[in-house]
Amino acid sequence: MTPVAHRRSLLLGLGAAALAAPALAQRGWEPNRPVQFVVPAGTGGGADQMARVIQGIVSKHSLMRQPMVVVNKAGGAGAEGFLEAKGARGNPHMLIITLSNLFTTPLATGVPFNWKDLTPVSMMALDEFVLWVKADSPWKTAQEFIAAAKAQRLKIGGTGSKQEDQIITAAITKATGATFTYVPFRGGGEVAVQLVGGHIDATVNNPIEAVTHWRSGALRPLCVFDDTRLPVTEKMTDSMAWSDVPTCKEQGLDVEYLMLRGIFMPAGVRPEQVAFYEGLMARVRETEDWKDLMKQGAFNTTSMTGDAFRTWLGREEERHRSLMQEAGFLANPS
Amino acid sequence: MDDIGLLMQGFGVALQPDNMLLMLIGVVLGVLIGVLPGLGGANGIAILLPLTFAMPPVSAVIMLSCIYWGALFGGAITSILFNIPGEPWSVATTFDGYPMAQQGKAGEALTAAFTSSFIGAFVAVVMITFVAPVVAGFALRFGPPEFFAVMFLSFACFVGMAKGSPAKTLASMMLGFLLAAVGMDTVTGQLRMTFGSEEMIRGFDFLVAVIGLFGISEILCSIEDGLRFKGQRAKIDLKVVLKTWAELPKHTFLAARSALIGCWMGITPAGATPASFMSYGVARRMSKDPDGFGKGKVEGVIAPETAAHAAGTSALLPMLTLGVPGSPTAAVLLGGLIMWGLQPGPMLFVEQKEFVWGLIASMYLGNIAGLLVVLVAVPWFAAILRVPFPIIAALILTVCAIGAYTVSNAEFDIVLMLIFGIVGYIMKKLDYPLAPLVLALVLGDRTEEAFRQSLLVSQGDVTVFFHNWLSGGIMALGIAMLLWPLLSWARTALLGGFRGARAA
Repeated sequence: MTPVAHRRSLLLGLGAAALAAPALAQRGWEPNRPVQFVVPAGTGGGADQMARVIQGIVSKHSLMRQPMVVVNKAGGAGAEGFLEAKGARGNPHMLIITLSNLFTTPLATGVPFNWKDLTPVSMMALDEFVLWVKADSPWKTAQEFIAAAKAQRLKIGGTGSKQEDQIITAAITKATGATFTYVPFRGGGEVAVQLVGGHIDATVNNPIEAVTHWRSGALRPLCVFDDTRLPVTEKMTDSMAWSDVPTCKEQGLDVEYLMLRGIFMPAGVRPEQVAFYEGLMARVRETEDWKDLMKQGAFNTTSMTGDAFRTWLGREEERHRSLMQEAGFLANPS
Repeated sequence: MDDIGLLMQGFGVALQPDNMLLMLIGVVLGVLIGVLPGLGGANGIAILLPLTFAMPPVSAVIMLSCIYWGALFGGAITSILFNIPGEPWSVATTFDGYPMAQQGKAGEALTAAFTSSFIGAFVAVVMITFVAPVVAGFALRFGPPEFFAVMFLSFACFVGMAKGSPAKTLASMMLGFLLAAVGMDTVTGQLRMTFGSEEMIRGFDFLVAVIGLFGISEILCSIEDGLRFKGQRAKIDLKVVLKTWAELPKHTFLAARSALIGCWMGITPAGATPASFMSYGVARRMSKDPDGFGKGKVEGVIAPETAAHAAGTSALLPMLTLGVPGSPTAAVLLGGLIMWGLQPGPMLFVEQKEFVWGLIASMYLGNIAGLLVVLVAVPWFAAILRVPFPIIAALILTVCAIGAYTVSNAEFDIVLMLIFGIVGYIMKKLDYPLAPLVLALVLGDRTEEAFRQSLLVSQGDVTVFFHNWLSGGIMALGIAMLLWPLLSWARTALLGGFRGARAA
């Protein structure tokens, strides 16, 4: 790129940022080779699905001239993917989608990585968590479940160890004093089936991981770990919609947890490059395909960019640190 | 039966010209993907998935599942010709397939492999068609103890299989367990034995190890022999297919048993890889000529291939009915279903009947298409062995390196592959068997996990493995299998001792 062209694109980029118009920002800078989209998780999981939906939307609606290539880097609970993005400083052709392991993996394993080693682009959505039990279990409300857990030790299954599911379990223990045996499995789908088979007593699956078993009458949602009820009012079973599931707070279980689904870039990229991807992601969120996914998974559709997103990230990191410290999950407690 | 009506309707959908074309494209792509070690069905489908968003879901899943069939078929090709398993479940195929190729029987081995794959898949599809709901319910009974019991049985079937020193077998297996333990430990969420290295975080991928241990070490051995291919050249002749077919009815019982093992392992869902090992182990145990195995016996190709395909196919059943993928490839397909707005799980069979039966119909047709494609190509595949070895060796090395890199897009894995190649060469020279290492590496992780999950559930009580008839039964079977060689060895030793004493 010649210096003149460079300056012009910079100016345009600044102008676009001032106007906050994605269309203009695209003219400022555009990827000139394929964009690598790193998923710090295995194929088939929630983050992987979302990345592939974004990839599909981008190519279906031709939102970008260059192709987007999804690459899974799941090693070490996502540490592999994060370290790769950290090492790609200044590379504007790399995106990474994150889940809660953005905070939990470095805290639990001591891998030298922090979200500040990346450039936050956009929060796409927040994933909800629901307390599930078997439909033929005697527990109809969260209080009944907690009372039972105090009387005898119950088993909660979840995805991975010292990750979001176990953090929620620890938070329930902290809020109520009831202790649980936490059994880690590999993926959310597996966890849901273990509950249907009666090998564990409860799960904190995401809506999308367990919805089919709810609809078939095998599972029952007790409460959702959010401060407001889920927005989807379509009937999922004969009598219930997502919006009929009470919040855990309503049920006297004061635990709240949402999981970040966000897009990041490596550190050291230029503002107009960030602006391009911000605009791209905004356009992805406007498509019908994206809205369908949000409805299917009963996602919390909050999205943020820029400073608001950074503030949110800083607050969440502190919250994870204190939750994990209390549960004794930190690799370097100090 | 309205299900049969729906199936016929499904055939109608799958037989539309454009869907037939997609089927053919899928199978050919799949075979190519299966041939390239490391690329694998899961990666192949993941790469092509976005292309299918513009298609109707039925067409998309027909094409993707045909890639899956193609990859299942294709995995056997490099195992037999070059001793390089293209897919994890073709490792057991190399044990007898490669010796057959060296004896100039590559065509026979390939035909046997493809045909038995087809039979395995066909049995599984028939099972899916008629008993899907019953079988899906059975999968729900598998908790951690049951899962561990199945893994235990796989190991038990395999122990005593390797010839030579039991101590060397044990050493090789322990090395496999050790390598499997490197990386993230799911149960504690801690990194193990990574020594602070960023490259070690991934752990040792099974495919990288296998490409090195089998492929590279084989090339090293050939170089030592003066760059000559040991095998005899196969004739290029389509008649070899018919000749092999004439031989196959002898092995009907073997194929039926292997298909059964495969279906069971696919549903559990333990997957195609343990199924192929278990089936090979059982075939050898039940054979009248167990010592012939590993030296180029056609039974040693039929058993693992039938089981692997039966398992690979029936693995789609837990995916459709429960939303749990039975294999990595199924996991990617599962993601695809969600993107097409289909929610896998118990409601799919109720709400999306057309889709489900269209998919099942495509399983029948895709397998037939796959078999035709690969059988026609048998003579050409076998002819690869006529190319001078120095050229082939260079090609194999390149393909191996690409394969090792593709597994997780890491340059370091190519270095690892070369190291494993040297390790494999040394082990061959010192007469350490490679198979136990591979088995432990591929199943060690899941086995350990299931064991520790079980103990978490039971709060440290080991009797959890015998807590019901299912896991108890499988464990008992496993222990019997494990003690069998020991018992027969003890018997011969005792008898021999008596005879020796009498003679003296």
